[in-house]
Amino acid sequence: MLLYAQDEVGQVTEELIAEVASRCGVTPLQVDEVVGYYTMLHRKPLGKFHIQVCTNIACMITGGQELYEHVCKKLGVGNRGITEDGLFSVEEVECMGSCSWAPAVQVNYDFHHYMTPEKLDALIDAIRQTRKAQ
Amino acid sequence: MPQFNEPSPLEVKILTKRFQLPNSASIDTYLATDGYKAFLKAREMTPEQIVEEVKVSTLRGRGGAGFPTGMKWSFVPRNSPKPKYVICNADEGEPGTCKDRLLMEFDPHQLIEGMMIAGLAVDAHKGYIYIRGEYRYLIEIMDKAIAEAYARGWLGKNIQGTGFDFDCYTHTGAGSYECGEETALLESLEGKRGVPRLKPPFPAVSGAFQSPTILNNVETYAAVPAIIRDGGAAFAALGTPKNGGTRLFCLSGHLNKPGVYELPMGFNLLRMINEVGGGVRNGKKLKAVIPGGSSCPVLRADECDIPMDYDSLAKAKSMAGSGGVIILDEDTCMVRAAMRLMKFYQHESCGWCVPCREGTTWLKKILVRFHDGRGERQDIDMIGELSKSILGRTFCPLGDAAAMPTIAFVEKFRDEFEAHLNGKCPYGQH
Ligand SMILES: Cc1cc2nc3c(=O)[nH]c(=O)nc-3n(C[C@H](O)[C@H](O)[C@H](O)COP(=O)(O)O)c2cc1C
Ligand code: FES
Repeated sequence: MLLYAQDEVGQVTEELIAEVASRCGVTPLQVDEVVGYYTMLHRKPLGKFHIQVCTNIACMITGGQELYEHVCKKLGVGNRGITEDGLFSVEEVECMGSCSWAPAVQVNYDFHHYMTPEKLDALIDAIRQTRKAQ
Repeated sequence: MPQFNEPSPLEVKILTKRFQLPNSASIDTYLATDGYKAFLKAREMTPEQIVEEVKVSTLRGRGGAGFPTGMKWSFVPRNSPKPKYVICNADEGEPGTCKDRLLMEFDPHQLIEGMMIAGLAVDAHKGYIYIRGEYRYLIEIMDKAIAEAYARGWLGKNIQGTGFDFDCYTHTGAGSYECGEETALLESLEGKRGVPRLKPPFPAVSGAFQSPTILNNVETYAAVPAIIRDGGAAFAALGTPKNGGTRLFCLSGHLNKPGVYELPMGFNLLRMINEVGGGVRNGKKLKAVIPGGSSCPVLRADECDIPMDYDSLAKAKSMAGSGGVIILDEDTCMVRAAMRLMKFYQHESCGWCVPCREGTTWLKKILVRFHDGRGERQDIDMIGELSKSILGRTFCPLGDAAAMPTIAFVEKFRDEFEAHLNGKCPYGQH
């Protein structure tokens, strides 16, 4: 429920916590405690396109670490950083269940397998292009 | 749609037999290919007969621990007045593992049918599928399959006039490895922080909402329709004694053809690497294999001529785990591998019990120091000692899962740790 609420609002806010608490019949503190536990729940805003790069073992040994460093450099942000225009954010994540098709990247909820720095660049550029066109 | 690997001609397709069909996820495809027949057959059997058939199949849990499934089901007090629950663990968080997602994407009805048969066996009428939050598209696929099943009378009240009621729901995780642990999953399902419960009572007696509960992995339930349809003995015969059937092996790492392949239990690991996975990539030599997901102790190359089943791997002091087979070539730095995995366990430790929370934190600090070229000789022993002091002292097995592979890294590749003492990685990787 919290995850779907976050998807709607963009981040976990005080109002969101209060709303979820009242709908579930619990105190805001109880909701807050749950929010603190799960890594997919964010109190800070993320980019419109949240790029999650797996650097766990299967991805690490097939280039995931380099991929992560590459995208951080390209966008000029660090872990959980967000670009100035608010379009992108980057996060180093744990295994996302794509190990056999590594290295893997997830942009919002979309999986991208057999990733390379070039393919990731192309993906980012394509997103920028379509945003400009709109 | 994400891209996946091509199948291998060496596969034995039981659970994945529909994967190549067009619209394999639709209920029409399912019904046209023996779908839901096993449920109707199970409905004619007594619960004891169903459990017995699963026992005969020697099916063991595909989620990690490898517990015999039939025996697990027999622990549920059937005549308890409380409602009972069938819960499917689709949290798939163990590094190296990526099979459950395929079973849900390409054959969601097989999973639903497996859970319904489990419901018949333990007198449960409600099923929950707990899916990790990152798998949003799979939640959508499962929800669609569930809606189709309701619309066509394969879920809900009085299913196909058999008088049996069964409801099925999905539930999302939100980014936590620990929520794959069975009791933490139950906490999370109930809407709380995913921390483990003290056992006993085991979930079979008091699980979800304090009621008797069976909890199995996706692949475990997905095997049930085939077992009931073709008989437990036929399933058992596919594998090795006490290790029946096929399983989805997730080959990853330095291979020419990494991928998920369904192979009989007991398939030889070297053959798996060379014939199914196309051999180690770039003509390199094999250094080591993590045979069942990151929590399983690593095997040196000379230990890899081994049948891949629970008992053979246990004999080799490792584990079959969740079927994630990670291949490491001769250029892999084992200090880096051990360090990265400890970072993972430290990050995912839920903090509920001290040995795990503190132990993984200290081990991470030491391994990072080592990795950064500031390790000292005494650290090598300390890594081993500290790991041993976590073993068996935690609420849930996450502590063990962090400690066991670390002990193996240090014992089997001590020379590599020593080679880092002069401040440089011999592989030039960091
Ligand atoms: C830290 C931890 C994480 C786990 N993660 C998973 C998981 O992601 N998926 C899973 O099926 N089992 C996982 N397990 C194993 C479950 O606790 C449980 O044994 C399993 O789901 C039982 O189903 P099975 O008998 O069908 O294997 C995990 C265990 C631990 C200790
Ligand atoms: S290790 Fe990267 S997806 Fe599993």
